[in-house]
Amino acid sequence: MFFPISGAHISPIYLAIVGFLIGILGGFFGVGGSFIAGPALRAMGVDWNFAVGTDLAHIVGKSVVAAKRHRALGNVDLKLGLIMALGTIGGAEGGAQLIQMLKRAGNVNLVVSIVSIVIYCSISAFMLWEGVKTLQTQSKRTEAGRKALKKDESAFQHIAHAIHRLRLPPMISLPVSGVKAISLWVILAVAFVGGLFSGFLGGGAGYIRMPSMVYVLGIPTHLAVGTDLFEIIISASYGTFSHAIKGNVDILIALVMNTGAAVGAQIGAISTQYFAGPKIRLAFVPLPLIGAAIVIYTMMTGHKL
Amino acid sequence: MKKETAKTFRAFLIELVIYAVLVVGYFFLVLHFLGEWLYQLETRHRYTYGGVAILLIIGQAVVLEGVTTFLLRMLRGRSE
Repeated sequence: MFFPISGAHISPIYLAIVGFLIGILGGFFGVGGSFIAGPALRAMGVDWNFAVGTDLAHIVGKSVVAAKRHRALGNVDLKLGLIMALGTIGGAEGGAQLIQMLKRAGNVNLVVSIVSIVIYCSISAFMLWEGVKTLQTQSKRTEAGRKALKKDESAFQHIAHAIHRLRLPPMISLPVSGVKAISLWVILAVAFVGGLFSGFLGGGAGYIRMPSMVYVLGIPTHLAVGTDLFEIIISASYGTFSHAIKGNVDILIALVMNTGAAVGAQIGAISTQYFAGPKIRLAFVPLPLIGAAIVIYTMMTGHKL
Repeated sequence: MKKETAKTFRAFLIELVIYAVLVVGYFFLVLHFLGEWLYQLETRHRYTYGGVAILLIIGQAVVLEGVTTFLLRMLRGRSE
């Protein structure tokens, strides 16, 4: 099928299947899946600028479906999502400016590649270690203790508790997430860092934001996944518009991909009900590694996937 | 439990088939009627195109979510 905006010939079935797979990942983990969608579009001959912009548009659609499903399951904190969207947009602009600076210096590809490999591998290693530690702690507990502890927990809860004690006004409460008081600046800072990575490395940067919400803000994993998806709707819409006016979005491709994603995102979102927080975080571990592998492949061969 | 899983799985497969038929029809509808218009918009009015692109993707997502939820409910209801 011919897509006139990007000038690409792609099978709509291929696009729907790619959308379906990314939809499952997005619904389950709260990530955009740009590390798969970008290379998948590129493999079909779509130019990189269109792959990046179109992927963002597709992320908006998929996140709407997954966030609606998560909201029905009670996994979305609207107040937290709206605050985070502000920080993310600011950070994304900062990341884009950093890229422009590196472009002028002439070493953008090398720096971005090395930073992304280090970040992706660090996240995976940390989440693997933390997830295993949490599960080991849980398995050591007595049966009665385990039954009493139904709520989500992490081996890094003491960090989140210390951050909750930080009195930096204005303090706000997040009753949906079970946070009595937290500094607004901490939330904005976490979102800003996520946005910075989004602008710097591309995609929605859910691989940074979802773990940050759990470990730094102390949000339960299921709520972090749902709220991250809601937040992505706002920040990815902003990114889509920004790319669209630069001529980087083929909305027809995104619409076709979204038909598959609508089913996948619902399956992913419903599946989170059957897994405990630490297990979702453990399953998340391979995702950043896939991103790192793609970057290493690109660096070694000079070909983008 | 196994019976319940088999029912859910069968309902899901039927949903996929119905959904696939609807989606194929939708491909032709959107690409045939909107393709040329969106292409012209993208070439001549980028800001309008940006706004229309976001509205289309969000609108489609809301409709598709509604369709899949309705199909799943209807099929599960019938299989029970």
